[in-house]
Amino acid sequence: MTLTQTPARSLRVLRFDRVQRGAHWANALLFFTLMFTAIPLYFGSFFGIVMPRHVIEMIHLWTGLALPLPIIVSLIGPWGKAMRHDVRRINYWTRDEIRWLRSAGKTKLESDKFNPGQKLNSIFIGASILVMLVTGAMLQWFRFFPVPWRSGATFVHDVFAYAVFFVVFGHIVMALTHREALRSIFKGWVNRSWAERYAPRWLREERLDDVGP
Amino acid sequence: MTAEFPRVAPEEFPKRVNVGRRVFIGLAALGALGVAFGNSVQNFVGSAVGSGLGGLLPGGDRFRIYSITGAFPKITRDKYRLKVSGLVDQPTTFTLAELQSMPKTSFTKAFQCVTGWRVPDVHWEGVKLSDILDRVGVQSSAVAVSFDSYDNADTESLTLDQAHLPDVIVAYSMLGAPVTTEHGGPVRLYVAPMFGYKSLKWLSGIRVVDSVEVGFWEQNGYPINGWLDGTTGPNNPDPELT
Repeated sequence: MTLTQTPARSLRVLRFDRVQRGAHWANALLFFTLMFTAIPLYFGSFFGIVMPRHVIEMIHLWTGLALPLPIIVSLIGPWGKAMRHDVRRINYWTRDEIRWLRSAGKTKLESDKFNPGQKLNSIFIGASILVMLVTGAMLQWFRFFPVPWRSGATFVHDVFAYAVFFVVFGHIVMALTHREALRSIFKGWVNRSWAERYAPRWLREERLDDVGP
Repeated sequence: MTAEFPRVAPEEFPKRVNVGRRVFIGLAALGALGVAFGNSVQNFVGSAVGSGLGGLLPGGDRFRIYSITGAFPKITRDKYRLKVSGLVDQPTTFTLAELQSMPKTSFTKAFQCVTGWRVPDVHWEGVKLSDILDRVGVQSSAVAVSFDSYDNADTESLTLDQAHLPDVIVAYSMLGAPVTTEHGGPVRLYVAPMFGYKSLKWLSGIRVVDSVEVGFWEQNGYPINGWLDGTTGPNNPDPELT
């Protein structure tokens, strides 16, 4: 929506504002904490080396309860405009994007701010936050649920955990191999030339050349 | 597409397909279905492919290793002693060899944790707790049995009636091999009709006492009688205790 106030302002386009960057890194920190503490909780032989299981459990529990906060806080309120706008971009897909995903990237696509793979990544992370929070709460406060549900919640929590490890690993690999996109989650901006190549529809639809300071 | 969507404003997004919402709801629904039916699916898959393979599936049929202290007490098989004391005629300290020389009981039963995970078809072998109690002679004033662990943290208890159930054993073999350290070896308790927390690991002492002593997990809110079916159990008419 806006340009950064650098001298070469027309060459730089803002991809993530401060709120989004903050939300991303808060979310990443929570995810990493959960994933690191999940390993000893799942593979018993790992724990006991650093700290007792109940300490790890407490860290995992409280981090898990805090998990939805970065996204919720960054979405609500007057500061969440860019975030809400991007959620809509992630939600609504063109027929071309659906075709592109179905063909595993073989059809031609005028890419949006996020390509369909990136969109799927964020949708999955959003859904997994909900699923992990609910099933995790069921495991913590198991007394309120019948035993088969507890077993089911364990099953779902584990399956989604496997998927989260897989997706987060893929996300990091993609980030490390796309340095300019990676920079934008630290500094916010991308070069216009990058956007022209990787996100032309975003550039066109947002009228990024028309607005800004 | 350029012609179809020239400079679309955000409010025109709904003309497109809300894939995000659909995938999100789909994943959440999968999670809900998994909670409701995951247990049955797992049991079916486990019995279809065998518990060995079933254990490789995420979430399926695997032990979660707990320890209260964060460490596993390491007791060699030679040094292991089980001290039986309290309201008994002959306080006795058993070595592992002495336990193994007593009449052997073995069966295959699931290990069910109160939090939900479950390992089917676990082979157990050991001595019936009732055989040990008979050997030392329980006095008439006795009401309950308390258990201590080599971790100096976990404690458990059973009523005398519960302690005499045929599938409550002092186990020295599990999964077809000597009980490993992380599973509570060399000797642990296995209370088959109750949730896993009743099956105290690294069993160090059995005390016959005149009232039920509330154990570690029970002090932390778990039911004193951890019957698997959630009832008051066959030997406990008092629902307050469950």
